[in-house]
Amino acid sequence: MGVIEKVSGPLVVAKDMLGSSMYDVVKVGKDGLVGEIIQLRKDRAIIQVYEDTTGIGPGESVESTKLPLSVELGPGILSNIYDGIQRPLEVLRSKSGVFIEKGIVADPVDKKKKWKFVPDKGVHAGSSVSEGQIIGHVQETELIKHYIMVPYGVSGKIKSIKQGSFAVEDTIAVVESKGKSNEITMLQRRSVRKPSKYKNRFRSDEPLVTGQRVIDTLFPVAKGGTAAVPGPFGAGKTVIQHQLAKYADSDIVVYVGCGERGNEMTEILTEFPELKDPRSGRPLMERTVLIANTSNMPVAAREASIYTGITIAEYFRDMGYSVAIMADSTSRWAEAMREISARLEEMPGEEGYPAYLPKRLAEYYERGGKVETLSGKIGSVTLVGAVSPPGGDLSEPVSQGTLRVVKAFWSLDASLANSRHFPSINWLSSYSLYIDSLESWYEKNLGKEFLSMRRECMQILQREAELKDIVQLVGAEALPDHERLVLEVGKMIRESFLRQSAFDEIDAYTSLKKQEFMLRAMLRFSKKAEDSLKEGIPLDNITKMKIIDQIARLKEVKEQEVEKTEKKIAEEMDNEFSETSEAYIEAEEK
Amino acid sequence: MKFEIDFKTIESVAGPLVVVGKQGNAKYNEIVKIRLHDGEQRLGQVLETTDKSAVVQVFGPTSGINVDNTSVSFLGETFMVGVGESMLGRIFDGQGRPKDGGPAIAYDQRRDINGYPINPAARAMPSDFIETGISSIDGLDTLVRGQKLPIFSSSGLPHNQLTAQIMRQATVKNQSEGFAAVFAGIGITYDDAQYFINEFRKTGSFKRTVAFMNLADDPSIERILTPRLALTTAEYLAYDQGMHVLVILNDMTNYAEALRELSSAREEVPGRRGYPGYMYTDLASIYERAGVVKGRKGSITQLNVVTMPSDDVTHPIPDLTGYITEGQIYMSRELTNKGIYPPVQPLGSLSRLMGNGIGHGKTREDHKNVSDQLYGAYAKAQDAKSLSAIVGAEALSESDRMYLKFGDDFENNFIRQGTYERRTIEDTLSIGWNLLSELPERELTRIKSEFIAKYYNKDKGK
Repeated sequence: MGVIEKVSGPLVVAKDMLGSSMYDVVKVGKDGLVGEIIQLRKDRAIIQVYEDTTGIGPGESVESTKLPLSVELGPGILSNIYDGIQRPLEVLRSKSGVFIEKGIVADPVDKKKKWKFVPDKGVHAGSSVSEGQIIGHVQETELIKHYIMVPYGVSGKIKSIKQGSFAVEDTIAVVESKGKSNEITMLQRRSVRKPSKYKNRFRSDEPLVTGQRVIDTLFPVAKGGTAAVPGPFGAGKTVIQHQLAKYADSDIVVYVGCGERGNEMTEILTEFPELKDPRSGRPLMERTVLIANTSNMPVAAREASIYTGITIAEYFRDMGYSVAIMADSTSRWAEAMREISARLEEMPGEEGYPAYLPKRLAEYYERGGKVETLSGKIGSVTLVGAVSPPGGDLSEPVSQGTLRVVKAFWSLDASLANSRHFPSINWLSSYSLYIDSLESWYEKNLGKEFLSMRRECMQILQREAELKDIVQLVGAEALPDHERLVLEVGKMIRESFLRQSAFDEIDAYTSLKKQEFMLRAMLRFSKKAEDSLKEGIPLDNITKMKIIDQIARLKEVKEQEVEKTEKKIAEEMDNEFSETSEAYIEAEEK
Repeated sequence: MKFEIDFKTIESVAGPLVVVGKQGNAKYNEIVKIRLHDGEQRLGQVLETTDKSAVVQVFGPTSGINVDNTSVSFLGETFMVGVGESMLGRIFDGQGRPKDGGPAIAYDQRRDINGYPINPAARAMPSDFIETGISSIDGLDTLVRGQKLPIFSSSGLPHNQLTAQIMRQATVKNQSEGFAAVFAGIGITYDDAQYFINEFRKTGSFKRTVAFMNLADDPSIERILTPRLALTTAEYLAYDQGMHVLVILNDMTNYAEALRELSSAREEVPGRRGYPGYMYTDLASIYERAGVVKGRKGSITQLNVVTMPSDDVTHPIPDLTGYITEGQIYMSRELTNKGIYPPVQPLGSLSRLMGNGIGHGKTREDHKNVSDQLYGAYAKAQDAKSLSAIVGAEALSESDRMYLKFGDDFENNFIRQGTYERRTIEDTLSIGWNLLSELPERELTRIKSEFIAKYYNKDKGK
């Protein structure tokens, strides 16, 4: 047992701590506040405390649990909301009301609730099993089977395995190894700072379909990939993260609200139980785990929240699921590191951030990926991190450290956001390095045409931007018709394809099929208009066409009416173009 | 009764900080009473404690404190303040002592001014529309009960008038619970403080108001306390007395500067522009005390003034504020120079909770679409304006000229309104439709066809 020597904010120094190791969890002071050892100097331990240290003073005791900071994993995790050190916030609320008081403890998963455990068919007394192997499952929500795996460090022959209703801490199987019996329960602990184990890692070759047109069509992220969303405040980082959490086609979503607004978590908590997954029709909450360490909650727990989130994500990946984890915002996580580092009086690196910041960022994003799990299944973790650069300036350390490791970059633009063009992803500065590895998936699932349409769309937008620079100098009237057409089509793509409302029932989610249909209609218009210009028809006659108004409203088309509308639009477009050209020729002849 | 031990062991005094040696075991954040040799008493707070000494921050000046005969005692509790309903209609100083010469106050309870963080799972979604009667706010950046929406202003802009106008006019439809306002003047001038007090008195809203005034010449360290006193009082009125409380913290820039002063006195590693690295967390501990919680009747809405040093929105104070608050009302010097009041620049303004407070049954079903379209059109007008500055109005396309006119009309009819003019949300939306009807129907791509059919004035668009 140690004794406190110094308290400074979230940092406590204790002496007489011999016998404890780095990253051990300790209980600090009379309230038993949870802390973690982050430095050892002879018999002195420096501890970061995950709760407010007000009222703690020198002379009080510190007790080490001799265990690293861990999460508890088992049935009952889904649909839950936790704080940064996995305390269930709903349970805390029932214990201490509206405000979180100090020193409250609660089990992350309900230890009394019984779950129906079903052993796997091939697993019975006498089978050999190894760590990470699936031995059975629990139907946790209607959407998700929670597979029970042999915990780390256990391999051997099954002595007995049971079927029936059990609480998470009841023994469901006994595994014998080297003459020792290991009782297996449905609950396991994993240290949060260590990546989980897997057999093999693969290249990511399947897109995470998000239903967001600018992402899916222009800047996709692969399942098992990484993406960063940097932007100044008000640019819509959080709305994008929420949209992904709602509509991304992953099996599980872990959403980490790290140092952000309390009301944003409330929004998820109010909306998700009511929203239906577009594929399964089940409430979104059934596949979601929330970690909320809002900006007014203790700063050290904010540092831990990211690790708690990713460890839970890896656990579901190991069951063979595709998992997406959103971290909003990684900048607040980095700031928490900076604050702790400053209190440790470490030599600061760039802008006061610790010198190990880039390494920590890289380590975090490397925990993503598509893997073959220890039980031979294929699972993936996709990481999407929001970055909040001060003043929107991306030259700062967190943005730069992130951009070096992520492969999709969605650059949010304040001027787009100001004119209420959402999502405000800038189509010129954003990129995705996944296009090559996703090529065969697109060809197989959408046909060869899709990627060439994507290229054409990018070219038009690029050309439009160049022309706009010229217009800034000479005015639009000075451009020839075929260049003004590029401006028209560019505007059409921007306004009616890239712009997407998160708050409109139909527009909030667009399937790949509908995205393809919308884009095809616009490019078809572009092609036809070009041909008409070549025939000598003036652009002004073309821009008056009614079909343009219809194209502008393609986003209002319901998913089930896409095919029907596609034919109709194509026909009407052909008709109107021929009418326009006939009318023009007739007028000329007169 | 707790036994107070006096220590005469001050080791050093520097700026607002005092180091006390061999003091037993002071607790972190504990409150300290400092007695000068002439009997004068001041309060302080423990910022760092070791088994040998404690660093104490003094609320108030450190003049007169000396090493040999000033004594210090540790009170064994954090900074507590009395709260009670009888505080309504009263004026306090920046440390919470009555300064209006009125009778002594009967407090119901004493509370820790730092409060506790609200459990995110206990929050309810803010969704009640507050009608401020100001078009540029109600129409485009709607304020919702439980929101924190700062006013980003600059020196010389009429943020005081706007704040006072909102306090005068703000109402919620079908409001049944009581309403109260808590005003915290943080480092404001005597004149500004007097302006607000007169405004409250004039409109009779004073008896529903609690005012805390830390004036420009009051100790700057006291500014660390003032917003927290205001919010502790507000929490009592909201969550214990069931009132809807509007809190105005004016001006948070002065607060942030006091924080920087304290940080530099502690010789901490400075962050951007000398502000401490933990400023984000510190500001959040103030702003996040807005909200609506489940199972309680009241709510806390914050409308804080932040003046941007040299009109710079990327300055750390407005920047960090914008990352925490749910949007901002951005005041523009350009509009002020054009003589437009209130000079709310829509293109820099935002209300993140707007979506929850508007629409069918709350304001009107077309509100969101109208707002989006006005934004889009006004942004185009700004583009056309900068284009015309380069190529001249003659070289503009017909469509650019149309938007140029729209922009002027929008500023003059929609944004501009009188200091005492109060517009209902219906008034605001119909001004909006009038302006949109200047544009041809096909330009209104952000509005659903059904609303165009219902509200668009076809004759005007031609």
